[in-house]
Amino acid sequence: MRGRPQLFTSYQSDGAMLRTRVQWLWLALGLALLVWLPFVLERSDLILVATTFVAAVGAIGLNLVTGYAGQVSLGHAFFLAVGAYTGAALSGDPEGSVIGLGLDMVLWLPAAGLVAALVGALVAPIAVRLRGLYLALVTIGLVFLGEHVFRNWRELTGGIGVGREPARLNLAGFHFDTEGEVFGISMIREQKIYFLGLVLLVVMGFMAKNIARSRIGRAFSAIRDRDIAASVMGVDLTRYKVVAFAVSSFYAGVAGSLLFTVTGFVDPTSFSLVLSVLYIAMVVIGGIATISGAIMGAAFVTLLPRFIELGSGSIWFLGEGGGLTTGQLERILFGVLVVVFLIAEPLGLYGIWFRIRNYWKAWPFSY
Amino acid sequence: MTRFLQATVEGLSLASIYALLALGFVIIYKSSQVLSFAQPAFLMVGGYATSYIAVTMGVNFWLSVVLGVSVAALLAATFERVAVRPMVGKPVFSVAILTIGLDISTRVAVDDLIGVNIRSVGDPWGFNTFKLFDAVVQTRAVAMIVATIVVVALLAAFFRYSRTGLAMRATALDQETSLVQGISVGRIFALAWLLGGALAGLAGMFSATGLGGLSQSNYLLALKALPAVVVGGLDSVSGAVVGALIIGLAEAYTASYQGEFLPFLGSNFSQVVPYVVMVAVLLVRPYGLFGTKEVVRV
Repeated sequence: MRGRPQLFTSYQSDGAMLRTRVQWLWLALGLALLVWLPFVLERSDLILVATTFVAAVGAIGLNLVTGYAGQVSLGHAFFLAVGAYTGAALSGDPEGSVIGLGLDMVLWLPAAGLVAALVGALVAPIAVRLRGLYLALVTIGLVFLGEHVFRNWRELTGGIGVGREPARLNLAGFHFDTEGEVFGISMIREQKIYFLGLVLLVVMGFMAKNIARSRIGRAFSAIRDRDIAASVMGVDLTRYKVVAFAVSSFYAGVAGSLLFTVTGFVDPTSFSLVLSVLYIAMVVIGGIATISGAIMGAAFVTLLPRFIELGSGSIWFLGEGGGLTTGQLERILFGVLVVVFLIAEPLGLYGIWFRIRNYWKAWPFSY
Repeated sequence: MTRFLQATVEGLSLASIYALLALGFVIIYKSSQVLSFAQPAFLMVGGYATSYIAVTMGVNFWLSVVLGVSVAALLAATFERVAVRPMVGKPVFSVAILTIGLDISTRVAVDDLIGVNIRSVGDPWGFNTFKLFDAVVQTRAVAMIVATIVVVALLAAFFRYSRTGLAMRATALDQETSLVQGISVGRIFALAWLLGGALAGLAGMFSATGLGGLSQSNYLLALKALPAVVVGGLDSVSGAVVGALIIGLAEAYTASYQGEFLPFLGSNFSQVVPYVVMVAVLLVRPYGLFGTKEVVRV
């Protein structure tokens, strides 16, 4: 269908992973850029981008349950925590003061996801009974209850203020957390973690896209759009809601286990409602029910502090004696941006991209 | 028995704060279908404004309460007009997230003003106590309970007897029909937020009379009032009060007895009891005790 890339003549091409050649081209360009990036970025920026990759995995997970299946969850921080502590406990030092089994990454990375998925599947039956805001409020409760457990379970988490070491990045004898040569190229620790995050994001992203475009994803969308209609059409509500929570929690678990490896320290108070709100913001800012939107949102939310830091020097009221610190300004701006985005562009960054694309598609007759 | 009585009074005073906050949530939700996550911010603003006017400026306490609560109420009405009104008709959840954004920005600013020092609001009750049978009762607890009863009674009368109250109930029932009847729905939204902000501000003032005073962590109270709202049912005004009573008493009894009887639940378990009660109630009644069930048509 040369010349008419938007014309799909079969269900197969309509439901393809990426539907047009241009999309493949963009993906290839983007990936090439991301592979080149770690060799020019500074160490501190490298860490930020690596964190973005991991956060994006978590945001994709939240988007599956909230964006695609329409089950609003403010409990993502709890599932991130389950993943983080599973990973840390399985890989930790067996002789340390906190629980540690000293296992390899081949084991703990999937295990972190699976344990979180299991917890998600256990929570889901409650969600099946609830709708709309009631569900959102119950998931808030989940965050507070989880935080309480993690604060008190000192053998696992080290307790408040003490914390513990997060999961160790030893993959079958290969160390991600030390300097060394990879395929003949000498890399620092941050570069290795960067590539680990990138590979993980690509794999998990394509997995999510596959879920979204297949039978399960269509069932999710049907439930989101009208659950009664979906059940009339034969979608098993209970089953698919449990699947949605389990899959989303799997993503959260994997993301959670890696999220704190860069900082090298994980404290039980990190997993508060604020973290959940950050992930919801990623989904909302990026674009609800799109995989690429979740990635854009994660990048936006994670990189925003850095840009504010860079820009704050040039803003007049932030100079000496401006009253507000960069951290405070960052949080105020964050709140305001969420508000402005929701009012102005409900489809998020994805919506903006969508409009720019459509503008140029019809150029010069775009009105 | 003394201990039980003591815990009951504690629970009732907690319940009165929760009731004020829960009423704020419910009034806003009923009239504009928005779950306002900005209530914690209004709480902090109300508490801080009262404290600033009473202590820093040295104005009479009662006057500063009125002024401080008005500041919170006006802020709420402003937020409604500027940020929430453009979102009419958008998905409920997007609006809820928007209010989280408002909350974050406002609280950062208030936290900066409060600083690390604990502020008082210059209330006349201080740490005075008196004996009721054998229990030691704080005067402020009585003040809180009485004030809440008065506020609840006034609100009930307002909704029941005044024309504006009738208009608010009509709007809650059906916005378009009320618009056709000549009710200015926009003004009702503004009024609902005004009331919601005022109630949260009053709760903030009361929260600052305690031992801890007004500190940056007081906002958590508003999040703990959410279970009260849910237990009562999101759209039930009387449910909010009942829910607050259940949550407040449950929290106080747990604080008093849990250390002795169920120590394995960990320290400060009473702080998360509201959420436990909420989940338990929702498992049995998915729309809370008094919430309206969604009508399902196939």
